[in-house]
Amino acid sequence: MVDQEHFEPVIIGFTCNWCSYRAADLAGTARVKYPPNIRLIRLMCSGRLDPTFVLKALAGGADGVLITGCHPGECHYLEQNYKALRRFLLLRRTLVAMGLEPARVRLVWASAAEGVKLAHEIETMVAEIRALGPLRWGHNGTASDSAHDTHAYAMAGQEVSP
Amino acid sequence: MSVKGSKPKFAMYWASSCGGCEIAVLNTGLKILDVDAAFDVAFWPVAMDAKYKDVEALPDGAITLTLFNGGIRNDENAAMAKLLRRKSQILVAFGSCATEGCIPGLANLSPAREVFDTAYGTVTTENPKGVRPQPETRVPEGVLHIPVFSPTVRTLEQVVPVDYSMPGCPPESHQIAMVIDLVIQALQGKAQLPPKGATIGAGASTVCDECPRQRNVKKITKFVRIQELESVDPNLCLLEQGIPCNGPAIRNGCGALCPRAGAQCIGCYGPAEGVVDNGARLITAFASVVDSNDPVEIERILDGIPDPAGQFYRFNLAGSLLHASRAVR
Repeated sequence: MVDQEHFEPVIIGFTCNWCSYRAADLAGTARVKYPPNIRLIRLMCSGRLDPTFVLKALAGGADGVLITGCHPGECHYLEQNYKALRRFLLLRRTLVAMGLEPARVRLVWASAAEGVKLAHEIETMVAEIRALGPLRWGHNGTASDSAHDTHAYAMAGQEVSP
Repeated sequence: MSVKGSKPKFAMYWASSCGGCEIAVLNTGLKILDVDAAFDVAFWPVAMDAKYKDVEALPDGAITLTLFNGGIRNDENAAMAKLLRRKSQILVAFGSCATEGCIPGLANLSPAREVFDTAYGTVTTENPKGVRPQPETRVPEGVLHIPVFSPTVRTLEQVVPVDYSMPGCPPESHQIAMVIDLVIQALQGKAQLPPKGATIGAGASTVCDECPRQRNVKKITKFVRIQELESVDPNLCLLEQGIPCNGPAIRNGCGALCPRAGAQCIGCYGPAEGVVDNGARLITAFASVVDSNDPVEIERILDGIPDPAGQFYRFNLAGSLLHASRAVR
């Protein structure tokens, strides 16, 4: 288990080529500071975001996923960001039903001029995930079958009346 | 049954499953006689008497074909999976439980303790002392052992390597018959088996491709359960009518039985070819048809899917991207 005191969240951020990636770029050139916990991946559009990407990130060890795109009405491809919005809302419901905290996925609109806003959103998200603690979805198991099985009985056994 | 040892050996085993897969095999009708003609049945608990020690006594790789149905729920299932893997040349994950966890896999949404509480502590169970089954029980005659319960349901492939997967809850009988034919022909050198790791006995596309219902542009302002509708248009796409049909992401091969009969596809054939996670693909499909750009309105429409995990992962939870990442081999 990760030491909670030294827990550094890993957050995968998906940005769109036309707005939010440029916002991140602007934050960089303007020397706006934000925590290095986020790894940005550029897509052409938030509408390109297949929910599989998010699940794969979480399954692979990410503690949270940030999805960003152009503001509603400003999509380079007309209205793909609305599609991203609908997917995000349904994906978040599904993740919550599977036992994840809703704050682990976040949707943020950022225009190319909003470097400061994006940096602030990243900062907020890193703080939230830090408070939630590690997800470590891909690392919950132990190494052997016997440990796997004994574990369940330890849990189930607690309920036995004396 | 012919003299043992003169023909290739066949085995079929049920782990954590309902027995429906065995019925589906029986439903192949006369094809079952071909199995008997081509194979010696070495081990098939539902059909004939054989003990685990009989399987253990066989040399490794002695069984040519093993159809393994059921998921891995306890240590007995896991031990049998490992034993049959060792004894089999071709191990097929047979049916939805073995390939992706199926309905028993939904228990992975709850900790083992809650599964026990539901099974042994709710009003439908008379259990005044609150007894829970233990792996070891002492009785005057000695110690009784029952299989040890695992914290999660795992698919067969999460426990041992499998050669082929055959989806379906249960696999359709005509598909089983085709697979049996193929293996028999391959044994006679008349056909080639597909590459290892392939999905057999199913289509490569989606249920929608086999569905005869008419499809137009889908714009949904309300999801409804099928029983809430006064009438269902018999010719129109179910999803278009607001009925949450899983057809768009689910593998075909069943012949779109459910939509043809007026019921939505619930996804028993698992993800279509190339789909990494069928829940993700269904989320995309369902989100695309929601006819609104307003977050409040979208949320209202999505309220029509009260149990998204059950809707998108009914058969696939144990095999889903997120849950598979937690599975311990």
